[in-house]
Amino acid sequence: MANSTDESIEEKLESPLAVRAKLMWRSFKENWKIFSESRIGMVGLWIVIIFAVAGFVVYPILAATVWKTTSLNAMVSYNPVTGYDFLQNNPAPPSFAHLLGTDPLGRDVLAQLLYSTPREFMLGIVAALITVLIGTLIGTIAAFFGGIIDTFFMRLADIVLLFPFIPFLIVISGMMQVDLLTLALIIGLLSGFGGITIILRSQGLIIKSKPFIESAKVSGASDAYIIVNHIIPNVMPLSFLYMMFNVTGAIFSEATLSFFGLLNIKMSWGLMIFTADTAGYIVGTNIWNYWWLWLPPGASITLICGAFYFIGRGLDEVVNPRLRKR
Amino acid sequence: MLKYIGSRLIQIAILLVIFVAIVFFLLHAMPGGIKSILITNPKLTPQAQEAIVKAFGLNQPLWLQFVDYMKNVFTLNLGISFSYYPTPVWNIIAERLPRTLLLFTVATLIAFFVGFSSGKSLAWNRGKTSEYISTVVGIVTYTIFTPLLIFIMIWFFGSYLGIFPLNQFLSPDLWIHTNLNAQTVFLYILLTMLIIGAVMLVSYLVALRFSHKVGTRKLVFYISTVIVVLLSLFFWWISPIGIYGADILWHMILPVMVVTIISYAGNMLVMRDSMLETIKEDFITTARAKGLPDKVIRDKHAARTAMLPVITNFVLSMGFVVSGGVITESLFSWPGMGMTLLYSVLAKDYPLAAGALIFTGIFVLFAHLVVDIVYAFLDPRIRY
Repeated sequence: MANSTDESIEEKLESPLAVRAKLMWRSFKENWKIFSESRIGMVGLWIVIIFAVAGFVVYPILAATVWKTTSLNAMVSYNPVTGYDFLQNNPAPPSFAHLLGTDPLGRDVLAQLLYSTPREFMLGIVAALITVLIGTLIGTIAAFFGGIIDTFFMRLADIVLLFPFIPFLIVISGMMQVDLLTLALIIGLLSGFGGITIILRSQGLIIKSKPFIESAKVSGASDAYIIVNHIIPNVMPLSFLYMMFNVTGAIFSEATLSFFGLLNIKMSWGLMIFTADTAGYIVGTNIWNYWWLWLPPGASITLICGAFYFIGRGLDEVVNPRLRKR
Repeated sequence: MLKYIGSRLIQIAILLVIFVAIVFFLLHAMPGGIKSILITNPKLTPQAQEAIVKAFGLNQPLWLQFVDYMKNVFTLNLGISFSYYPTPVWNIIAERLPRTLLLFTVATLIAFFVGFSSGKSLAWNRGKTSEYISTVVGIVTYTIFTPLLIFIMIWFFGSYLGIFPLNQFLSPDLWIHTNLNAQTVFLYILLTMLIIGAVMLVSYLVALRFSHKVGTRKLVFYISTVIVVLLSLFFWWISPIGIYGADILWHMILPVMVVTIISYAGNMLVMRDSMLETIKEDFITTARAKGLPDKVIRDKHAARTAMLPVITNFVLSMGFVVSGGVITESLFSWPGMGMTLLYSVLAKDYPLAAGALIFTGIFVLFAHLVVDIVYAFLDPRIRY
C-alpha cells in the first residue's frame, strides 16, 4: 500500500531536470524583463543581431547569388573579396554594381565588410570565452581555498593589470606570425588572469560565506563538487557580464593590430582601413572624397564594440540590483 | 606613509624584474631566436656575425644571458638600436620619454576632471533625457575605433577649420632659425608643471595647518595657485624660449583632445555608478533632512565619498591610456614612446622594441605608484 502511494507521488512529481529547466526559464524571464527595460541594452542587442544576420545569413546568400564568380551580370570570374574589378577606375565611389564602392585594389567594400563580420564575432567570442573560463575557474578556486593559492593568483592578476596590453600585443605580433585564432588565444589568456579574476574572486568570497555552502560541506560534498555545483553557478551572471566587456576589448585589439598591418590575416575591418591608409587615400583634407574606404569599416568596429558594451551595461543592471531605478 | 611608499617601491621593483624577464624570454621565444636573425642576415660577413655573437654573448647559456640582460637593464644599458645605428637605445628613450610624459599627464588630468564632474551630474540627473544622451555619447566615445576619431578630428580641426596643425610636434619653419634643442624646451615645460603642482600641494598642506576655516583654506590655496601660474606664464613670456614652448603646446592641443575624448568616459561611467550607490546611503538622507542645499549635498557629501572607485578605475585605466597612446602618437606623428615602439616593431629593431616596452611598463608602474599615494591621501580610512 505504502509502495503504491510512493509510486503515484513520484509519477505526479516532475523529473528534477524538468524542474530545473522550469526554474531557469522563470529566472530568465524575470531577468529578461529587467534587461529589456534598459534601453541601452536593447539597442546593443539589436545592433549585434543585425550584424550577426548580415554576417552569417546575408553574406552566404549574396556570395552564392550576386557575387558568384561566374555570375553573368559582372565580368567573368570576379571575386568581390579578393578580385580586381577591371571595368572601372579603382577606388570607385558607390554605384549600383558596388553598393559601397571599391577599394584601391578593386575589391568590393560591402563584400569585404560582410566577409569579415563572422570572423570578428568568432575572434571576440573565442577570446572572451577563454577569458571568462579562466577567470571563473581561478577566481572561484582562489576564493574557495584561500591561502597561498589565493595570494599567488591575486599577485599574478596585479601584474597582468599593470601590463601595457596593446604595446605588448604589438611586440608579440611583430615577432611572430599571428593569425586570428592565435590572437584570440593570446588575448584570452592574457586578460583571463587579469582584472576578471579579482572581481570573480570577491564575488566567490561572498558566496562562500553563505549558509548553503556550509550545509553542502556537512552533507559530505567534495571541494570540487561545491565549486562546480554551488559557487560557479552563482558567479555565472557576473562572468557573463564581463564576457560582454571582453568581447569589446578583443575586437578593439584586433582592429588596432590589423590597422597597423601587424596581423597575418586575409581580411578584417582594421585591415580595410590599413589598406586605404597605406594607399594614401586618408589624408587630412580629402578624407571625405574617399569616405567609403574608411567610414564603413571604422563605423562597423565602433558599432560592434559599442553594442557589446551596451549589452554589458544593460546586464549590469540585472546583475547589480543597486543600479536599478527602484 | 614613508614606510608604505617604501614597500610599494619594493613591490614595483619585483614587478619590474618579472616584466623584464617576460620581455627577455619573449625576445628569445620568437621563431629562431634573436641569434638566428643576426646570423641569417645576408649583409653581414661571417667575421662580423662572429663578432656580434661574441659581443652580445649569444653563445652563452640562456640563463647567463638572462642575468647579463637583467644587469644591463638596471644600469640602463639597453643595447644599440638596429635602425638608428649606432645610437644607444637608452638615448633614444631618454629623448622620447618626456614627450609621452607631457602628453599623457596633461590628457589624463583633464580626462579625470571632465569624467569626475560629468559623472557627478549624470547620477544627479538620473532618468532625464540629458542623462541618457550623455551616457550614450560617453559609451560611443569610449568604444569608438581610435583611428576613426583621429581621422575625423584631424579633418575637422586641422583641415576644415584649419586652427590646429595637422601633425608633428613643432613647426619646422619656426625652429629652423634656432639651434635650440626641442628636448630642452620639453624638459622646461615639464619642470614648470612640476613646480606648479608642488606649489599647489604645499599651499594645500600649509592651509590645512594654519586654519580650521574652510573659507580661509580655499583662499590660501587658490591665491597661491593663481600666483604661481601667473608667475610661470610671466617667466615663459619674457624668456627667449617662450615662443618655442608655445609652439609645442599649440601642437599638443589636438592629441590631448583625442586622448581626453577616448579616456574621459571610463571615469564618467564609474563615477556615475558609484554616485548612484552613494546617493542611497543614509547620510545623504540626513543631509537632505537637515535642509542643506542640493549643490552642497551633491558636491560635498555624495561626490567625495563616491570619488574613491573613480581613482581605482583611474589606476586600472592607465594601461589602457598608454595603449591608446600608441595609436594617437603614431597618427599624429608625435615622437613619443608609443610611436617608437610601433616603428621599432615594424622595422624589426628588437633592442629598441624591448627597451620601449620595458619603459612603457615602467611608466605605467610609476603612474600606479603616484595614484596609490594620492589614494592614501584622499581616503581617511586608509592609514599606513
